[in-house]
Amino acid sequence: MTTSRSELVAGRLLLVVLMTIVILPFISIFLTALHPSGTLPSGLEWPANPQWGNFVQAFNVAHMTTLLGSSTFIVIAVVPVAVVISTMAGFAIGLLRVPGARLLLFLFVFGLTLPFEGIIIPLYYLERQMGILNSRLAIVLPLIGLFMPFAVFWMRAHFVNMPSELTEAARVDGASTWDVFWRIHVPLARPPIASLAILMSVWTWNQFLLALVLVEDPDQRTMAGALGAFQGHYATDVPLLCAGTILILLPTLIVFIAFQRQVIAALLQGSLKG
Amino acid sequence: MTALLASFRTSRRTVLRKVLRREVLIGWLFVLPALAWYVVFVLQPLVLTIQYSFYHWNGVGPATWVGLANYGTVLSDSDLLQTILNSFQLVVYFSFIPVALALVVASVIHRIARGRLGAIARTVLFLPQVIPLVAAGIIWGWLLALPGLVNQLLAAIGLEGIGRAWLGDFDTALPAVGVIGIWVLLGFCSVLLQTGMTKIDPALYESARIDGAGWFSEFRAITLPSLRYEIGVCLTVTTIAALAAFDIVYVATGGGPGHATSVPGIQIYILAFVQRQIGLASALAVVLMLLVLLVIIPIQRLSRERD
Repeated sequence: MTTSRSELVAGRLLLVVLMTIVILPFISIFLTALHPSGTLPSGLEWPANPQWGNFVQAFNVAHMTTLLGSSTFIVIAVVPVAVVISTMAGFAIGLLRVPGARLLLFLFVFGLTLPFEGIIIPLYYLERQMGILNSRLAIVLPLIGLFMPFAVFWMRAHFVNMPSELTEAARVDGASTWDVFWRIHVPLARPPIASLAILMSVWTWNQFLLALVLVEDPDQRTMAGALGAFQGHYATDVPLLCAGTILILLPTLIVFIAFQRQVIAALLQGSLKG
Repeated sequence: MTALLASFRTSRRTVLRKVLRREVLIGWLFVLPALAWYVVFVLQPLVLTIQYSFYHWNGVGPATWVGLANYGTVLSDSDLLQTILNSFQLVVYFSFIPVALALVVASVIHRIARGRLGAIARTVLFLPQVIPLVAAGIIWGWLLALPGLVNQLLAAIGLEGIGRAWLGDFDTALPAVGVIGIWVLLGFCSVLLQTGMTKIDPALYESARIDGAGWFSEFRAITLPSLRYEIGVCLTVTTIAALAAFDIVYVATGGGPGHATSVPGIQIYILAFVQRQIGLASALAVVLMLLVLLVIIPIQRLSRERD
């Protein structure tokens, strides 16, 4: 393809400008975080006396160790369960074609566009009845359910394209349905399962509304939920708020940069299929 | 002999039927956990939301049946109507602008920067998509504040006159929230569209060029139609993000000043968990869900037809 020189320059310039717009906010909060706690610095200004201690202070007042533990617990409780049950359902709907598979698929797809706000009110009262309000289970249990439309749809899309000869061959050898599923199809489904796990981990980590409504104690919340509470407490202390925000962002950023190819691919495929 | 054969056949058929019935049962057992979880934690509350919407209830005392009165309030109360209008305005910022800009960015990446710069740009532009929306709200809350970066940059180019607390001003608060949405969603749309462009056959462009097509006619005749599905996906995802916006607005403005940035999500939260008007909040939630479906279904139809 031929591209003229001026087009090349203009295009590159556009990309650089856009990247600057994305990065500049992060630089701004980083510099702000280095100013003395309680002051009101301007947007982009190198502090006379960088206060690295702000990060230590934010680490302590935000209970970072507890938060990391809490968020990790929630992710570990949600993702494996959601992956296993949605893979089983996707297998039954996409490959076994159980009677009523179309209806089941429709039922799950119906939930794809459902905003969380639509069910948050009854969830609160249901969980109060179940006695799990204000515990991590209050986030874990409904989140698994809310992931089902996407997860089942995603896994079904994989299984529906698998050749049925594989299953039939195993059947002739006398394998049970469970063997066919566990020994043959789960190993073959590793790539979509990995993407699904990445997606659900990111979504869980960033989940805010459920955490805000269903769990009062920030220490029992997801990272995003805790950040909301942190903002509520330190809204007036901008440098400390910025330092806390950076700390809370850091795990996500590190994971993203380490697995950027997989994360981007997963998020893209996720939305294309959904 | 024939009798024997016939009875053998029937017995085989019954065995087969038994096996089949067992198969069906096992298949359903595979679906059961996911289905049960979905029914208990999504469909049950969904039905309850609809049920609540017909009652007056403060969450503690007895509930009184009021029929469609709550829906009447949603559609006549000016504050509540405002939230719905606001969310439509957000669709422009969260959806139309990012998708339109992303088409430009994607074609730029696609045409001139397939190498290292393109890879770096993809990663960097994608960054806002992986951080929690709450963090985006906090970061921009600070950038758009009076001493924040935005006003500082405006002053640097001699525009300190228009500087203000963008999120605190009745006229600029909603567009300012929209800017946060653009920042979050632009990269996602660009990368998604660019991935779609790599699937377009380059021969199409070559023959267009032989026919003397310019950049724009190329774009209109080849790029846009080939990306119909990807554009549909972008519009769907971003429109849902706009209509069901909560995190960014809650953190950046809380719906204020006044009701200037109030959206259904925020209003549902305030009505249900601050003012304890469960019925009214539920009616608004039902209206929000219907709105989402109403907007999404035509987009899906348009982007999938002729495939």
